[in-house]
Amino acid sequence: MPNATRRERLLRVLKTVTTQPLPADDEESLFESGLLDSFALPDLVSALEQEFSIKVPDRDLNPRKFDSIARIDTYLQDHAS
Amino acid sequence: MRAFLHGFGMHVPERVVTNAEMAARVERTADWIEGACGIRERRWAPAETSVADLAIAAARDCLARLGVGASSLGLIIVASGSARPGFPGPASEVAVRLGLESTPAIDVPMASAGGLFGMAMAAEMATHFGDVLVIGAEKMSAVIETGALDPNTAILFGDGAGAVLVSARPGPWEVLDAVLHSDGQYRDSLAFDWSAPLRMNGLSVILQAARKLPSSIEEVLTRQKVAAADVSVFLLHQANQNLLVRVAKSLGIPVERVYSNVARYGNTSSASMLIAAAEWSQANAAGPVVFSAFGAGFHWGALLARGV
Repeated sequence: MPNATRRERLLRVLKTVTTQPLPADDEESLFESGLLDSFALPDLVSALEQEFSIKVPDRDLNPRKFDSIARIDTYLQDHAS
Repeated sequence: MRAFLHGFGMHVPERVVTNAEMAARVERTADWIEGACGIRERRWAPAETSVADLAIAAARDCLARLGVGASSLGLIIVASGSARPGFPGPASEVAVRLGLESTPAIDVPMASAGGLFGMAMAAEMATHFGDVLVIGAEKMSAVIETGALDPNTAILFGDGAGAVLVSARPGPWEVLDAVLHSDGQYRDSLAFDWSAPLRMNGLSVILQAARKLPSSIEEVLTRQKVAAADVSVFLLHQANQNLLVRVAKSLGIPVERVYSNVARYGNTSSASMLIAAAEWSQANAAGPVVFSAFGAGFHWGALLARGV
C-alpha cells in the first residue's frame, strides 16, 4: 500500500500536467491511455522534481519508469525522502 | 581554441509540402500536425536530388555571401544522417564539385547534431587546416518514404542544407567554447538504416532532449560565465516547436530569444541549426550566440560564440 501522502502529492502533480481524468487503476499505462504524451512527460518529471525536492538523473530518464501511477510511486519511494 | 565564424549559407528545395498535403497521406488533419509539432510546411527535394547536391548549394551560398572562393578552403566537413550508405560519403563529391582536388573532406555521418559537432570540430581544427567549411545536408524525405509513412515521424521532416565558414582568422563571431556529449545506451531510440522505416521512440527522444539541450547550454554558459539572459539568440536544432518552447522555459528565457523556422521548413536534421543561423545572421550579429543540438545516438552539445 503506497504511502497515502506521497500518492496524493503524486496525483496532484499528475493533474497539473494533464487535463484528462486520472485512471482508476494505478497500473494502467499513462502513455497508452493518452493521458501523457511525449511533451507532457518532461513536464511531469520537472514537476515531480519540484514537488518532491529530488533530482531525476539523466540515467533515470526512461519513460518506462514513469509509465503508470504505480511505477512513479515506486520511483518516488526509492528516491524521495 | 581560437576560431571565428565568418558567415553562413543555406539552401532549401523549391517544392513546398503543406500540412494539407501531408495530412492526406498520413490520414490526419493539418491542424493535428501543426498542434503536434508546430510545423506548417516543409520542403522536399526531387527524387534525383542527392544530399551532395543540397550540400553544394548551401556551400555556394555561404561562399557567395562572404565573397570568397572555394580555393581558399583548407578543409570541408559534411554532416548528414541521410546520405546513402556505403562509401565514399558525400564530402569528397562536394569537394571536387567545388573545384577542390586535394583539399581534405571529412564526412560526419550524424543526424541532427552533425552540424553542431562539425562546427565544434572545425573550431578546433581551423588553426591547423585554415578555413573550414562545415555543411549539414539532409534529404529526410527519402528517409521517411522508406516503407509505409508513419504519421508520427513523416510529418516532422524536411530537406535542406546549411553551411558555416569557420576560420582562425578574425571574423564576425568568435567561438568561445563548445561542449559535446554522446550516450549510446539510447541508440535504438532513434535509428534508421534504409532497410526499414525510421524508428523513433518519441517519449524517450523528447524526454532526453528536453533535459540535455538546456543542460549542455547551461554547461557551456557556466564555463564562460555568461548568463542565459545575456545571450542574444539561441540557434537550436529545429526539431519541433514544442521542444523549443520547453528549452526556453528550462533556461528561463523568453521563447522569442530562441530562433525558430521549424514552421516553414520542418525538421531538417543536421542542416536545421545552420539554416536557422543563415537566416538569423542576415539581419543580426551582436551579442553572445548559443548553438545547440540533440539527435540520434544520442549526441548533443552546445557552442558559445560572441559578436566581435
